[in-house]
Amino acid sequence: MNIRFIALPAAVLLAAGTAQAVEFNQVDAGKSTLAFSSKQMGVPVPGNFKRFTSQISFDPAKPTAAHTTLEIDLASIDAGSKDANDEVVGKQWFNVKAFPTAKFVSTSVRALGGNKYEASGKMTIKGQTRDVVAPFTFKQEGASGVFDGGFVLKRMDYGIGEGPWADVSAVANEIDIKFHVVANAAPTKK
Amino acid sequence: MNTASQRYSGPAIAAHWIIALLILAAWPLGAYMHELPLSPTKLKLYSYHKWIGITVLLLFVPRILWRITHRPPAALPMPAWQHKIAEGTHHLLYLLMVLVPLSGWLMSSAKGFQTVYFGVLPLPDLVAKSEELGDLLKEVHEALNFGLLLLVGLHVAGALKHHVIDRDATLRRMLPFGK
Repeated sequence: MNIRFIALPAAVLLAAGTAQAVEFNQVDAGKSTLAFSSKQMGVPVPGNFKRFTSQISFDPAKPTAAHTTLEIDLASIDAGSKDANDEVVGKQWFNVKAFPTAKFVSTSVRALGGNKYEASGKMTIKGQTRDVVAPFTFKQEGASGVFDGGFVLKRMDYGIGEGPWADVSAVANEIDIKFHVVANAAPTKK
Repeated sequence: MNTASQRYSGPAIAAHWIIALLILAAWPLGAYMHELPLSPTKLKLYSYHKWIGITVLLLFVPRILWRITHRPPAALPMPAWQHKIAEGTHHLLYLLMVLVPLSGWLMSSAKGFQTVYFGVLPLPDLVAKSEELGDLLKEVHEALNFGLLLLVGLHVAGALKHHVIDRDATLRRMLPFGK
């Protein structure tokens, strides 16, 4: 699995005899959510994706070595109403027949102090790849690591909503993305 | 009694006609918009319709306060049964002026869309999102509107009857620029 992403830094840490490193890399899909909010005529309309897979490797002692990928099944969208769900999978929006998934791959993670971090990476939706910076917080709850963060995605950067839907006075360009990922620590290694 | 006192007061006349125009604008919008396929135009029309409805609801407050604190001119001579029907119609019109927009607001919340007045002032969602409740409130909103349509028809027919058949001042004293 994604253990290879962390094997090296973990080995280095262990070899250096530092405090025991805890690696959070077992994503609990059932407890993780990916939500968004669009603004339609000034009305915030919440939505979410029901199916997505993510891999995380995050050691709070060595955040810069962290890595994550996220793959979203776009057809699993709930955009707030049946009409909207039928519409957004279509050609002018996500065009899920041609582009069934969206993908985020982190390129770097930096610590901002306290429990705050920032992940930079590449987001690919509908064949368009853009740089994304997503601040997040990390909290350890027992054996679980909880990541909460979000960023503003500009839908027109990816051609999400073409034709008449390019009218951002009806549906705003800015979409608020909020992720909540729960990942358990890997089984301890000696 | 002088002629001036037989007319409705300025604020009463203004409230009557402004609300009448708002209702006449909201109706065709409501009837047209819900048949449309989802589009930016549809989102806009829905918003305009909701803003008009909330405006009626807001204007109702000063209107009813004014009505309670200011006696309207006495009814012109007419058979008692006609007077009763006129009064009953007025009371029901007031009631529906509240219930129609209120049912629309609740329906919007139940359908999962908050009402944001003029796109800037979010109104509270008084009910949670629920498909069944949303469908029920849609029926209620429609039924109340048919009731309102009926009452407005009766109201207009009565006013025209007084003006054309009885040739009295009932309609004239509510006209904005009459004497």
